[in-house]
Amino acid sequence: MTNGEPRPTTIINGQHLLAIDDLSPDEITALLDLGNHYVELNRQIEKKQSTLRGRTHINLFFEASTRTQSSFEIAGKRLSADVMNMSVKGSSVSKGETLLDTAVTLNAMHPDILVVRHHASGAAELLAQKVGCAVVNAGDGQHEHPTQALLDALTIRRRLGKLQGLNVAICGDILHSRVARSNLLLLQKMGAYVRLVAPSTLLPQDADRLGADVYRDMAAGIEGADVVMMLRLQLERMDGRFIPSSREYYRFYGLDGEKLSLAKTDALVMHPGPMNRGVEIDSEVADGVQSVIREQVEMGVAVRMAVLDALARNLPGGGNM
Amino acid sequence: MPSDTGIKGDVARRAYVNARLVDPAENMDTTGGIVIADGRIVARGPKVTAKSAGNGTPVTDCKGKLLFPGLLDMRTFTGEPGNEYRETLATASEAAAAGGVTTMIVMPNTDPVVDDVAIVDFILRRARDTAVVRVAPMAAITKGLKGEAMTEIGMLQEAGAVAVTDGNKAVANAQLLRRALSYANDFGLLVVQHVEEASLTTGVMNEGEVATRLGLPGTPPAAEVIMLERDIRLVELTGARYHAAQISCAASLDLIRTAKQRGLPVSCGVSVNHLVLNENDIGAYRTFFKMSPPLRSEDDRKAMITGLADASIDVIVSSHDPQSADTKRLPFAEAEFGAIGLETMFSAALSLHHAGEVSLPRLMSAMSTKPAELLGLEAGRLAPGAPADFAIADPDKSWTVEDAKLRSRAKNSPFEHRTLEGRVLETVVAGRTVYAYD
Repeated sequence: MTNGEPRPTTIINGQHLLAIDDLSPDEITALLDLGNHYVELNRQIEKKQSTLRGRTHINLFFEASTRTQSSFEIAGKRLSADVMNMSVKGSSVSKGETLLDTAVTLNAMHPDILVVRHHASGAAELLAQKVGCAVVNAGDGQHEHPTQALLDALTIRRRLGKLQGLNVAICGDILHSRVARSNLLLLQKMGAYVRLVAPSTLLPQDADRLGADVYRDMAAGIEGADVVMMLRLQLERMDGRFIPSSREYYRFYGLDGEKLSLAKTDALVMHPGPMNRGVEIDSEVADGVQSVIREQVEMGVAVRMAVLDALARNLPGGGNM
Repeated sequence: MPSDTGIKGDVARRAYVNARLVDPAENMDTTGGIVIADGRIVARGPKVTAKSAGNGTPVTDCKGKLLFPGLLDMRTFTGEPGNEYRETLATASEAAAAGGVTTMIVMPNTDPVVDDVAIVDFILRRARDTAVVRVAPMAAITKGLKGEAMTEIGMLQEAGAVAVTDGNKAVANAQLLRRALSYANDFGLLVVQHVEEASLTTGVMNEGEVATRLGLPGTPPAAEVIMLERDIRLVELTGARYHAAQISCAASLDLIRTAKQRGLPVSCGVSVNHLVLNENDIGAYRTFFKMSPPLRSEDDRKAMITGLADASIDVIVSSHDPQSADTKRLPFAEAEFGAIGLETMFSAALSLHHAGEVSLPRLMSAMSTKPAELLGLEAGRLAPGAPADFAIADPDKSWTVEDAKLRSRAKNSPFEHRTLEGRVLETVVAGRTVYAYD
């Protein structure tokens, strides 16, 4: 784009993407529309676009995550940003440097977009207060994972044509899941009905006050659902403190064909990955016709491109690339 | 509901008439009878007579004796598997039958511990093959009873466990008990706790003057009260059903009453020992009176009776805990805890009726209807359709407890040589007579 052309429209108002909680339904719709546009681009042979040329995009991952990190990396590269990955291993972080020291150091290098994942809830927020660039929360503790919720929403919207009025069952470790929180918020903002399905030990206290229907019985929880969204259960939760064992979890809360048959006939099966096959989901279901799990990965790149693009538009000099 | 505990019904139709019919499930105390067929009760009430039973139906004339639902004992320890020399399911069941107990709820404190579906299967299979009364296992709350990790509560229930408990061990970790309460409640399963704060439970009898005079270390009632108080807070937090296996002191009763008034799903039991014995019975270091919780003061005992009479205390248990001579014939402090009680529970409990302290229907309810209700079992009542599990007893017949005649393999009865008033004459399980007094 050159001088004289109109600046691209604003997608979101904020400088950062820290939480779904901060977004309005219109902003979510705009992000999903832009994401949808990038799905098409990603399916072409020539996938590269110059939107972020000259921008520096740093992935700062304090928690290992191959898929989210590579999804952001590909998204940045397709938009021509200079992408740098900083993982904890081998960095000064593992030598005891604090989160804020790292932030200040990185800030001095003038990045434009910082994508951060951290094990502590609120870490992205803290970072955003201390750096001058745009911050994308790629998962903070048990708080939020906004791009996951956006990619899930895009997947659903493309498959079912809408979000409004759908019944979405989110099943599994609600208590520890930032994916569940972000999805709950987004889906409710967009007019979907959310059900939370989990044993009491994996439900947060006062789960029933989040505006969703809470089910301890999975059969009742997924009956008639349009979407069954499974969550990953961390192995360390299955040692008897939260859940007695993986086989007991699978017996009562694992998604198998029998339980899935209670949902709508063409209900979508989703999972943020990586899956524990035979724990929270049966392989036949994970690989079955109703599964959109691989599609979620594809939507992930598109949605992250949309997020990077949207934030870059709000940077000083944004939209004039 | 695991109704099939392996007892095969006697298909024969039979009438029991001219009985004093006590069915606490419906507040019934009347002269009448019952008709049974196919292992179930088909008719009950004042109108059931020899004539009404119909031609060809064999009739037993109860001659005005007491006929009541077979008792359910919510706290039976056996040695099977692992310590069969102390007691097997078979020998315990013989003792149960002689005491009018038609369902033994067995504790998971065996070797191996009942913390796996395979062990539940084993117990139910052994019960079917060897026991003369019904056996319903409680499974462990924590793996290996170690208090560290929850068992597969849902699968244990599917296998036939009727509740979860760590038996004679308390779940000390509050976070773990909280989660176990929540988790078990998802399956509608009752959590049964032995209320005892371990760090305060270092004594061998009740703490106080008697212990001091005997020179024995004591365990104060506070050991029980502290744990119960904590647990009630967890019930409040989780909303889950909770049962204190046994309480033994007045302060615990106060806690239970308050919790119930506040509408919390709390219930509790008391052992028959704590209703009729006190710390003075230990006398000259008699180890058969060493139990957990310990026998308390006379004031505590009286409080237990009041609590039972007004139904603040829900159930009476035998707390049958067979110990062999090698663990009991020791200096008091070194001897094992525990007393047998299946065979004497009914008779000992009846002393409260004879003393005019607790009504007969209330006593019977605490040993039949109420435990069945807490565990969701269909026994414990005489209504048509219910299993033909009942007993006939002469409430006034006295008998003397002689260890040689006790059916339990272990002989550690605190009622040894005592004369009790009230005797079970016949016990019927699924329509089949499994005990007849001779």
